[in-house]
Amino acid sequence: MNVPTILGICAAGLIGLGLFSLIVEPQPLRKILAFNVLGNGVFLFFGVVARRGAAVGLFGDPIPQALVITGIVVGFSATALAVALLLRLFDETGSTSSRDDAQKESKSERADS
Amino acid sequence: MSIEVALNILTIVAVSGGAFFFLAGTVGLLRFPDTLTRLHALTKADNVGLGLIMIGLLPRVAWPFDALKLIVVWVLVLVASAVSSQLIGRKLWRGGDGS
Amino acid sequence: MTIGVGFSVALGLLILAVAVFTIGTRDSFAAVVAFVVYGLLLSLGWMNLYCPDVALTEAAVGGGVTGALLLNACARVRSEKTSDFKKSPRWIGRGMAGLLCLALSSGLVAVVILLPNPAPTLAPEATRSLSATGLGNPVTAVLMAYRALDTMLEKVVLLLALVGVWSLASDRFWGGRATFGHLPEPDRPLIFLTRVLAPVGIIAGIYLFWVGADAPGGAFAGGAILSAIWILVFFAGLSVVPAVGSLGLRIVLSIGIIFFLAAGVAGISMAAGFLAYPEGFAKPIIVVIEVAMTLSIGATLGLLVAGPPGQSLKP
Repeated sequence: MNVPTILGICAAGLIGLGLFSLIVEPQPLRKILAFNVLGNGVFLFFGVVARRGAAVGLFGDPIPQALVITGIVVGFSATALAVALLLRLFDETGSTSSRDDAQKESKSERADS
Repeated sequence: MSIEVALNILTIVAVSGGAFFFLAGTVGLLRFPDTLTRLHALTKADNVGLGLIMIGLLPRVAWPFDALKLIVVWVLVLVASAVSSQLIGRKLWRGGDGS
Repeated sequence: MTIGVGFSVALGLLILAVAVFTIGTRDSFAAVVAFVVYGLLLSLGWMNLYCPDVALTEAAVGGGVTGALLLNACARVRSEKTSDFKKSPRWIGRGMAGLLCLALSSGLVAVVILLPNPAPTLAPEATRSLSATGLGNPVTAVLMAYRALDTMLEKVVLLLALVGVWSLASDRFWGGRATFGHLPEPDRPLIFLTRVLAPVGIIAGIYLFWVGADAPGGAFAGGAILSAIWILVFFAGLSVVPAVGSLGLRIVLSIGIIFFLAAGVAGISMAAGFLAYPEGFAKPIIVVIEVAMTLSIGATLGLLVAGPPGQSLKP
């Protein structure tokens, strides 16, 4: 029971939590948060593999670390695009819900701004 | 008593003191009734707690540049926490909710 | 149980507790704040796994810039009511989703425990050619030399996401300035903080990028800090967001990819193939590409948080 195994179990828990919230949560902003939790759990899993690959004087295998750095930045760009879509939906309809009767038409207010 | 032992004792005492201040600040954050008093508790944790931990870590790092980096980190946290406390306080003063 | 293992157990439990709070709380603002805390705790977890480059990038991008983006979004959608939404699935839907996630997590825990011993690793291959690249940090060598194609394509993905965000503007705002969604009048302490922090932050960002050649750091962490300072400058009202249509902005955004592609195409004629570096010139070329990349990443991340143009250039 060493450090990478413990953090690997933590990462597995994070992946399960993130996926559960992504499926079950109705609000899009919370879904985006859950997607980020899930993604960071997957990256932590990569980190466990990197740590176990310590060899030739290095503290960790550098290949998974580079993959995770790339992944963090790409995940942020996906989050930014999702948030921009969310805010555009909110500006157009006054609500981020996908229910048809919940979208309020507030076009007249938008035309004044 | 050699200088090594004295520096080790300094590290242990200072880091323990810093940890105590962080504990006190966290208890204050959880138990105080409203935002302004919680800000007051947090400043103790940030300023004094971090300062003590930094003093305790100074004998452990290479002198001079790594020690200067630690001090710069502490000063930056001081500035950032002071400004954010001011901003939160102003918002409350102007009538935001105090929860 | 040694102290190191005890610390990891405590950190793992704390990360899981903050994640449960993030997805379980009903208040969206509290969830976003807990998510920022989660990012910083994860950064500690990365340090526990001895991956300092990833810890820096996670703290800067995952905790800092993503936190700014989500806080901005949460503030703007605060006025909506939870009653507008479809109800969450009832217990049978939740139960099935819970069972699926529990099965997935258990499978992953089994994978972690049953990982092969001795662990397979590419570290020997990575360090074998390290002296040829002239770099001291193997992670930077992987990013900029061995897998340079991945890094270049990641820059392209960032730029495509920015184009996607810009395309969400209303027609009448096209070519205008991004507005972060109607920022309030900045307070004097914030202006003071920006004036004090901006020079320090710029130096810190450049230092992080420069030292990434031989020590933990790199272009992504340095670029993220530069973008955070830029966002702070916009929040304090000390500068105006450049217009989307301005040529200077577009050059700064694309300069990283242009340099990368130029080095790649030059590699076809001067070295072994696309994105191959000629003997002895690897380090200077890598440094030049990294300078351009840091500028582009800083600008792109800052504009991704700013959002689509909301203010027309025409008076």
